[in-house]
Amino acid sequence: MAERNCLVANDWICGEYLRSRSQELTDATVQHIWITALSVLIGLAVAFPLALLARRGRHFAGPVLGLTTVLYTVPSLAMFSLLLPLFGLSAALVVTGLVLYSLTILVRNILAGLEAVPQEAREAAQGMGYGPGRLLWEVELPLALPALMAGLRIATVSTVALTTVGSLVGKGGLGNLIEDALPSFFKAQVLTASVLCVVLAVVADLLLLGLQRLLTPWTRIRTPAAQAGLATTEAG
Amino acid sequence: MGVIGDAWTWLVTGANWTGDDGATHRLAEHLFVSGVALAAACALALPLALYLGHIGKGGALAVNISNVGRAVPVFAVLALFMMTPLRNSGYLPTVIALVLFAVPPLLTNAYVGMTQVDRAVVEAARGMGMSGGQLFLRVELPLAYPMIMTGLRSAAVQVVATASIAAMVGLGGLGRIITAGFNTYDTAQVFAGAVLVALLALVVEGVLVALDRLLAPGGRRRTA
Repeated sequence: MAERNCLVANDWICGEYLRSRSQELTDATVQHIWITALSVLIGLAVAFPLALLARRGRHFAGPVLGLTTVLYTVPSLAMFSLLLPLFGLSAALVVTGLVLYSLTILVRNILAGLEAVPQEAREAAQGMGYGPGRLLWEVELPLALPALMAGLRIATVSTVALTTVGSLVGKGGLGNLIEDALPSFFKAQVLTASVLCVVLAVVADLLLLGLQRLLTPWTRIRTPAAQAGLATTEAG
Repeated sequence: MGVIGDAWTWLVTGANWTGDDGATHRLAEHLFVSGVALAAACALALPLALYLGHIGKGGALAVNISNVGRAVPVFAVLALFMMTPLRNSGYLPTVIALVLFAVPPLLTNAYVGMTQVDRAVVEAARGMGMSGGQLFLRVELPLAYPMIMTGLRSAAVQVVATASIAAMVGLGGLGRIITAGFNTYDTAQVFAGAVLVALLALVVEGVLVALDRLLAPGGRRRTA
């Protein structure tokens, strides 16, 4: 009896809600995770060649950085709505919008990372007979990894939060639950979904931090790794 | 593209611009809440950030607050406000949400700008006998200015974007044109509303870039 009351009384925190709607919550969380993960992965796949292009000189850097900045300025509600005629009410619309947003941060951070590679390291590799592909893959990319990962973490955390706006077209993961709860002022559902969103963002951030530590064991020997985080927050 | 033509027709139809649901009123609402929120956020964040930067303390706060700001969804905060009695207080819930999301970029950028002022310059100013106040007004503030303006720009863009999401929980602003279009399956109206919201954001960004150029201390000699 006492348990049923918290749904009737519309409490903020309700154990019965968690029990009776656990399937709904799981489904929404799973949708949230795959939309976010897919968006960030595609964003990374698009941002990397763009950053390489921007590095080739001012002719490319200007338009690439300018375009991604303009995309970032467009509010998410407008971005998703502008894509509506192209994609209809689909998850592809949300993923495309989120990819476009992630580009700004990812391109800037990858570019900054590549440009910070010491010239001596590059010349040493070339002197050892490294071609451009091997130079990029074995020397420049590992050295640019801390900046790339810092960008990836910022992009992932923002994408987790932005995915909720996808509820506009019914593909917003946990945002759908928030949207559904609005007309009936269902407090427990709004609070639970909101808290889960923040938890997802924090967990994703920590997982990426762990991945970064695994991938770049050498950065822990020197101290400037901590400062890289500070430098990228101002750029974002 | 039929949708773009239809959206254009929507935009040039006078009836869509008049009345309480018209674009003119929605634009006025949007600008009003954005302006009030940005001013309040500046009044809150800038003195704190500049003071912390001046005394060189609170770096962890400045960085963490911007990370928290990124992780919390705007939509969730607005929805939570709608669950409280705040929903009956007109523009207040929107303004509070906008302030919450404008503070992190303002605070972080102003703080970082202050702490990045060259220590040698600060030492030289001290050696010339400048007081703390003089040092702040004549040395640190002008040198931190570019970063403060960067923060202001991203806060303004954030505020305009957040104000449009207010429509998703039934609050006013330009976003209402979009959500109303979704409710009536009117893709042309959705597209037209989206164009208006996007244009507004780009215009705000453009105006602030121009303002930055006009107001920059000592002409446009950026050393950073």
